[in-house]
Amino acid sequence: MAGSTPGEVRATLEALYRNEARRIFATLVRLLRDFDLAEEALQEAFRAAVEQWPRQGIPDKPRAWLVSAGRFKAIDRVRRDQRRKQLQAEDVAPVAVAQPDEALDDVIEDDQLRLIFTCCHPALTTEARVALTLREVCGLTTEEIARAFLTPTATLAQRIVRAKAKIRKAGIPYRVPSAEELPERLDAVLQVIYLVYNEGYAASAGASLLRWELAGEAIRLGRLLVELLPQAEALGLLALMLLHESRRAARTDRNGDLVLLEDQDRSLWDREQIVEGLVLVERALRSSWFGPYTLQAAIAAVHAEASDAAETDWEQIVGLYDVLQRISPSPVVELNRAVAIAMRDGPAAGLARVEAILARGELEHYHLAHAARADLYRRLGRGNEARAAYEQALALTRQDAERRFLERRLAELSA
Amino acid sequence: MKYLCLVYSDEKLLHSLPDSPRDPECQAYADRISAGGGMIAAEALESVRTATTLRVRNGEVAITDGPFAETKEQLAGFYLIDVEDLDEALRVAAGIPAARVGSVEVRPVRELETE
Repeated sequence: MAGSTPGEVRATLEALYRNEARRIFATLVRLLRDFDLAEEALQEAFRAAVEQWPRQGIPDKPRAWLVSAGRFKAIDRVRRDQRRKQLQAEDVAPVAVAQPDEALDDVIEDDQLRLIFTCCHPALTTEARVALTLREVCGLTTEEIARAFLTPTATLAQRIVRAKAKIRKAGIPYRVPSAEELPERLDAVLQVIYLVYNEGYAASAGASLLRWELAGEAIRLGRLLVELLPQAEALGLLALMLLHESRRAARTDRNGDLVLLEDQDRSLWDREQIVEGLVLVERALRSSWFGPYTLQAAIAAVHAEASDAAETDWEQIVGLYDVLQRISPSPVVELNRAVAIAMRDGPAAGLARVEAILARGELEHYHLAHAARADLYRRLGRGNEARAAYEQALALTRQDAERRFLERRLAELSA
Repeated sequence: MKYLCLVYSDEKLLHSLPDSPRDPECQAYADRISAGGGMIAAEALESVRTATTLRVRNGEVAITDGPFAETKEQLAGFYLIDVEDLDEALRVAAGIPAARVGSVEVRPVRELETE
């Protein structure tokens, strides 16, 4: 216990804050049943450690110490507040304090899962789930989240306040869902993580460095979920994010312009992320419970294993899209399948399918559908139709890099 | 916690769709929740045409014929339940037969502050 230098204490506390703060927070939420109270308790626990550890030494179980200290401070605060409200002595218990079993590591891991499932509860709006997860599970500040989502800080702060109020007043439980509810509730969690990832990967409007960091945050969340709950689709989603992320350096050129998959310099792909992704896909595919995330990861894996676009196993990609369309049908999946068929059988075969999908109207306002059609016309040497389709895509895109790419293609066609 | 599950439906269609619940099914479901100990009260309501809305403004009582708001869907009935948390309330709400043709709004009951 005794004999820690101030330097040792500071280094230990910094590491604990970085790696353990959100876990301790999750446990405090369970013990105190209130997000705001738990956040204050967390800060006070670290403040107490800064004061006491240099004198008393670093405790054997620092995490348990911080949980106990936080809980004690919070109860103290509630008692003081209640006294201020001059309530009767017998009414002073309602902080609903659970038994302090914080020394058990598996309980603490469950607390993190509880926190994730509560923040991603379907009774909250999707926007609220995303904001709350980044704030409470990842520990991002409200300002950081607001900047990353190009939302005014006040709007985001209010979104978080409202979500926490709804959790409290509507009785959203702090619990890992039952086996029967789990598939649906896990979907909601995966959706939040993937939304965060996509916001960082392909910002729908504008561009900023912070949004890139969102992709990293999503991968960290994905890893945490896999560690806590290694279900097939959690593995699949983490694999999908890693395989997409592996291409980041090759996706844009020096000017920040978009480079298509077929034109990317594959030596720039991150081998470490690819290997990790491939292992995860295989693990997920061995389970009989895999779903759309795993299948999309499997498609990304086929690309990752090909030395160039021509060497890609398009037959397998079309096959994977067939399965994906069967278990999770959508016009976007159908569009991607049509593009894969064009790569396998030539642009004419793909074009007929893309035209048929567009004729149904669901993807009329989806810029990538028009861009795909334009590309197939271009490859068939039908310049006028290609130009018209590129212009339609250009009118629909809101992203700078995509706009520049489409303009470049239009200029090439006119040359 | 107590939750009020409000059943909304277009009352012209509530009893006339192929999937519309019949009264015995609704009664059976209410009995089942009661048997589980989670029920406080449940009632079906008469048509919205029988509704009267009352307001008191500056000490004056104003009474108008009709519901509070004219909407496409009307309040058709309610379940007042006492369960552990929102997840359990949503499970009960999902079993309400009229949820198949209308919608169910789940509202936590606010405890009045007595101090």
